[in-house]
Amino acid sequence: MLSASSLSKTFPGVRALDGVDFTARAGEVHALIGENGAGKSTLIKVLTGVYQPDQDAGELSYDGRRVSFSTPLEAQHAGISTIYQEVNLVPLMSVARNLFLGREPRGKLGLIDFRRMHREADAALRELGVRVDVQRPLRELGVGAQQMVALARAVSVDAKVVIMDEPTSSLEPREVRTLFGVIRMLRERGIAVVYVSHRLDELYEVCDVVTVLRDGKVVHTGSLGDLDRLRLVSLMLGRDIGDVQDEGLTKFSGEHDAAAEPVLRAEELTARHQLHGVSLEVRPGEVVGLGGLLGSGRSETAKAIAGALPTDSGRVVVAGSPVRTGSTPAAIRAGISLLPEDRKAEGIVPGLSVRENIALAALPGLSRFGLVDEGRIDKIVDTFVKRLRIKASGPHQKVGELSGGNQQKVLLARWLAMNPKVLLLDEPTRGIDVGAKAEVQKLIDELADDGLGVLLISSDMEELIEGSDRVVVLKDGAVVAELTGDAVTEDRLMRAIAATPAGGPPVE
Amino acid sequence: MSELTLGRAAVDRDRLLRLLQDYGVYLGVAVLLLVNIAFTPHFLSAENFRTQAVQVAPVLIVALGMALAIGSEGVDLSVGSVMALATSLISLYLGYGAWIALIAALVGGVLVGVANGALVAFIGVQPIVATLALMVAGRGLALVLLPQLKDVRDPGLRSLGTGDVLGIPYLVLIAAALALLVAFVVRRTTFGRQLLAIGDSRPAAQLAGLPVRRVLVLVYVLSGALAAVAGVLATARLTASDPTSLGNLMELSAITAVVVGGTPLTGGRVRIGGTVAGAVLIQLLTATLIKHDLPPSWTQIAQAVVIVLAVYAARERGKR
Repeated sequence: MLSASSLSKTFPGVRALDGVDFTARAGEVHALIGENGAGKSTLIKVLTGVYQPDQDAGELSYDGRRVSFSTPLEAQHAGISTIYQEVNLVPLMSVARNLFLGREPRGKLGLIDFRRMHREADAALRELGVRVDVQRPLRELGVGAQQMVALARAVSVDAKVVIMDEPTSSLEPREVRTLFGVIRMLRERGIAVVYVSHRLDELYEVCDVVTVLRDGKVVHTGSLGDLDRLRLVSLMLGRDIGDVQDEGLTKFSGEHDAAAEPVLRAEELTARHQLHGVSLEVRPGEVVGLGGLLGSGRSETAKAIAGALPTDSGRVVVAGSPVRTGSTPAAIRAGISLLPEDRKAEGIVPGLSVRENIALAALPGLSRFGLVDEGRIDKIVDTFVKRLRIKASGPHQKVGELSGGNQQKVLLARWLAMNPKVLLLDEPTRGIDVGAKAEVQKLIDELADDGLGVLLISSDMEELIEGSDRVVVLKDGAVVAELTGDAVTEDRLMRAIAATPAGGPPVE
Repeated sequence: MSELTLGRAAVDRDRLLRLLQDYGVYLGVAVLLLVNIAFTPHFLSAENFRTQAVQVAPVLIVALGMALAIGSEGVDLSVGSVMALATSLISLYLGYGAWIALIAALVGGVLVGVANGALVAFIGVQPIVATLALMVAGRGLALVLLPQLKDVRDPGLRSLGTGDVLGIPYLVLIAAALALLVAFVVRRTTFGRQLLAIGDSRPAAQLAGLPVRRVLVLVYVLSGALAAVAGVLATARLTASDPTSLGNLMELSAITAVVVGGTPLTGGRVRIGGTVAGAVLIQLLTATLIKHDLPPSWTQIAQAVVIVLAVYAARERGKR
């Protein structure tokens, strides 16, 4: 129905898609998967006309004809519907108007026939098992119900291809069931469905075919039934599985440092749609890795511990005393420091100098009566610039001008100046060059040796395995396994990620 | 080879834009001074300089608060209305003594600031919308309190408006002292540093544990208080309370002074020296056009041209 052959897309400096072949057939549910930066979103955007593919590189064909969509609208008119993770409807308009936006049923004078519209909207939603007052504004509905309206809209425009980008990320389990029902209905009607998700259980439940992307290339495409979970995970991550095949997964209890009192204990952290009772412990001097696929709740766990993600329930205990959750200042006072994943947007303050960035969090402690003690700041900045080997033209250089590795070191310095007990590192070496990467990794080891508890998140398998004493594996926002000692291997990690849940699909 | 020279040209252009953004305002002031000295009769007199300085003082004081708001990636449109509110409160409370009236005016400014700050920091309303609401409400309240123009006969207040020390008017001294104070706050206090960090990257400031809300509320409280001071001084100088017209379009003059002075609208930077020069520049521009018998509407056009130039310099630089 919709197919792309040797499609490429280049952004300045990045080859996002490199000779990708992709075919969505009528009556087939096609899973599109890959880790961060694999090129999934880019592919979807090319298919739906948001991006234009590179000139002279591959072609797009739809319904047997060669096509090129220059705007999303063209793709829509041709019958390609897309449901994004975030609902893109008009919140203030009624449910019915949203459903029929741009193709409202008209009466005699060319005016909108509201009665017909309301009737048809109601019928369309009932078909999906959703009962709402279609005359109410969309924003009064829950996110899940809004998602269903988006779905109803996509289905009712007589689409031939429906693309769903992580549609379940904000749905309740019951709504997920409805969604799957709709997907099966679409399949029976002969519609091609492209389904993007990180939840393996879901993929195996509804998809027929799978395409795995990695670094902008297709690494596998074929029937999903023929591919076992372990193989799928190893394809996504680009790692080989060892020879040992079915050697059931066991939870290992920690044998080293088990006696030491944990410096950080997270108990049953729960945040709607994101975390489901995550518990973990970090002992002083220990580097605990957080493993899992994209969207498994790794960053969310770190943020919840650092007070940057509101939680519904659960406790965080640092060195024996409970910390108020949902408050960054409280977590910082307790000795928790978070190096966020998005260093540029959430970490550095680009316009301020190296000096001001390092002193930022510790400022109140470096002031008397609200006046900044410049001498003490100079001393601290000097110490950390030397200790972390930060390369800048001087303390007054703007942080935005530094290389990624040095920016990361500035952030580390900011937190070390606070004398933290626990460091949460979310992708500390992403996007920094090889030399700086080794240096940052060495620093992490040194810090742990000094007695800090470190929680490490990394999509770099090797870094995670080699850097961690223990790895806690997350999946769909819950802990599924913990690897310790000799069990900290890539094999074990992939097996843990691929394991089928004990009691069927995730239930709440 | 050609690429190399191209690169250098780009660097040179970038440096030129940066110099223009940072110091263009001083150049502008210098040029206007020279032009006036050369072509305007009686420009070079102590009396004229005093007049100019007295006229610029309220604008400058308001611009100081505006610089803080803009530095925090916000803006305060309610300043003109706060001036009007201050003048109404003065007339209303003058019966209890000059000091009480003064305090009432200041409290009015602070309360408007608290309302602005709460809307921005706690409810998450965009600064331009929040302060627009207070701009409308503030002027309305001022007119309810004092429906029409009223003379201010208090001798204390009058001397505040007209008195001087060694030939320097009180108004000018107060404005200068406040400029120094705000510059000190920005450079040397925890609050100042936190304000800049929040203005530059609010998510980063939040994750670094900064008291973002408290700082933002304080920014608008300071802006409100400074606007109230400007309202008091303007009332003292005019020896009348006129809530209908006092402070009209003041927010625009203040924003112009701040932006022309090199403080970027994108936040993260506050230039007090530049703001002072910016206020002086606008004053000189106005004075020049008036002295050469051009209609006052020309002043507004000239002001617009200056704003466009300043924003252009900032934007071109931001692109790189």
